Amino acid sequence: MSSVLIVAEHAGGKLNASTAKCVKAATSLAGAEIVVAVFSAPGSPVAAQAAQLAGVARVLDVAHAANEHQLAATLAPQVVEVSEPFSHVFGPSTTFGKDLMPRVAALLDAPQLSDVMSIESGTRFRRPIYAGNAITTVEVAAGTKVVATIRTASFEAVASGGAAKVETITPKAALPTHTKFVNLAAAGGDRPDLQSASKVISGGRALASSDAFKLIYGLADKIGAAVGASRAAVDAGYAPNDMQVGQTGKIIAPELYIAIGISGAIQHLTGIKDARTIVAINKDAEAPIFEVADIGIVGDLFTIVPELEKLIDASRK
Amino acid sequence: METAQNPRRILVAIKRVVDYNVRIRVKPDGSGVMLDGVKLSINPFDAIAIEEALRIKERGRADEVVVATIGPADCQVTLRNALSMGAQRALHVVADTVLEPLAAARVLLKLVEREQPVLVILGKQAIDDDNNQTGQMLATLWDRPQATFASKLELTDTTAKVTREVDAGLETLEVDLPAVVTTDLRLNEPRFVKLPEIMKAKTKPLTSIPLAEVGGAGTARVKVTKTEAPPGRQRGIMVKDTSELFAELHKRGLV
Repeated sequence: MSSVLIVAEHAGGKLNASTAKCVKAATSLAGAEIVVAVFSAPGSPVAAQAAQLAGVARVLDVAHAANEHQLAATLAPQVVEVSEPFSHVFGPSTTFGKDLMPRVAALLDAPQLSDVMSIESGTRFRRPIYAGNAITTVEVAAGTKVVATIRTASFEAVASGGAAKVETITPKAALPTHTKFVNLAAAGGDRPDLQSASKVISGGRALASSDAFKLIYGLADKIGAAVGASRAAVDAGYAPNDMQVGQTGKIIAPELYIAIGISGAIQHLTGIKDARTIVAINKDAEAPIFEVADIGIVGDLFTIVPELEKLIDASRK
Repeated sequence: METAQNPRRILVAIKRVVDYNVRIRVKPDGSGVMLDGVKLSINPFDAIAIEEALRIKERGRADEVVVATIGPADCQVTLRNALSMGAQRALHVVADTVLEPLAAARVLLKLVEREQPVLVILGKQAIDDDNNQTGQMLATLWDRPQATFASKLELTDTTAKVTREVDAGLETLEVDLPAVVTTDLRLNEPRFVKLPEIMKAKTKPLTSIPLAEVGGAGTARVKVTKTEAPPGRQRGIMVKDTSELFAELHKRGLV
């Protein structure tokens, strides 16, 4: 029978929602014992939060002062220390899990499956390649210990309301001292984070200047959306690189994606194809973006965007 | 600052992949992705890795940039491209099979043991398999620190200060050298190669190393049994003006 160890992600004393999604993924393995390991500084409230996740049998509270900052090189030996009895070791496919889990896999001499989007059995999984332009089914031999990162967009969070037992563990593994945390600068301002926002509005080359991007920001702030940009807009200097949406930028899956003045190059479409609803505003009726848009409108963005803002304003009065 | 005894060397590991502008197609029999005749390029994140190594050298903080790849014979073209960007030497581990990330990391560790770099830079992931594992695995096998998803990199004699693009914002770490750094998009914009550099690259040293000499491919443990196209998106509706657009968005509860 499978037993799954899930490495919890947390920050500032709060369990990250990605952990509840990993638990959901683990419930795909019928009858599996699901154990969440929280690696934190002593006295952290996170283990108690993990204990509430439905479906979790036990929580391991691995407490060490070195866990104040979640450094992959420091955490990996501790994960290995508690992972021995488990057939599967999961972490979220977030920057936290992507950084840490390969270190765990290398120490365990285990194969890692990245970005697992569905679990068909304890030895058979599905994962995207080519930025989701192909989906592979991958298999390992029975008895192989599997390390995996779980694609959080593919799983709902489990409910809370559980009451798992918490075991406190003091790790014995020697921890490296070669990595020091310096600081964390939180992502910019009040605008939602592009990667996790439920609504995203992106501008393309048709904006024709960085000044015109204010139009995008205005509409985004009105509906609480994050702002992105096409690679063409970034290359032209209209928007910074961290706003780039696409295969070489951020791959996103918001509820609503509005592409404004974006023609829809392959590498851009790759980054948005998991969006629930795609809206395209473009003056070229032949633009490829319309082939994937749920709602399309052909016209001048400099007319349509202000009109849309006014209509949104009017609807709220 | 170069000394014959102990040059400060940066090793950059690169991978040849399907160019990011190619629309890949899945083979109808589900056996993989069609690769015949498609344009192949340096993985975009690896081009950023090369660029960063060159900039460190140009700032006088390294003496030599060595690029390495693992792949079939025609990957030499990819290495020549890296040399024309400005790298001094290239290492080609000749392999006709695709290595799993842990096996690739083991091979790279052998190269690290030969070259004794102060820094290894790789792309955060290759845009074909999207594994995002090899750099971290190399750091682990080497028992050295890692700084993944780098958007800024400052080197001193003994440390690297690295700003990382993490979900929560920008995290800065200080790691002891030697270390492994993987690149994110914002780190830099790779230079365009000029024709004289392409000519010069033709005579730069490129060493071929049989895979067996650096540990072999190892046993593949993950078998890809099927490759499918993702479910396609349906073309939706067209609206004629902004009022209709708003009405549609409103109806769906989106604004």
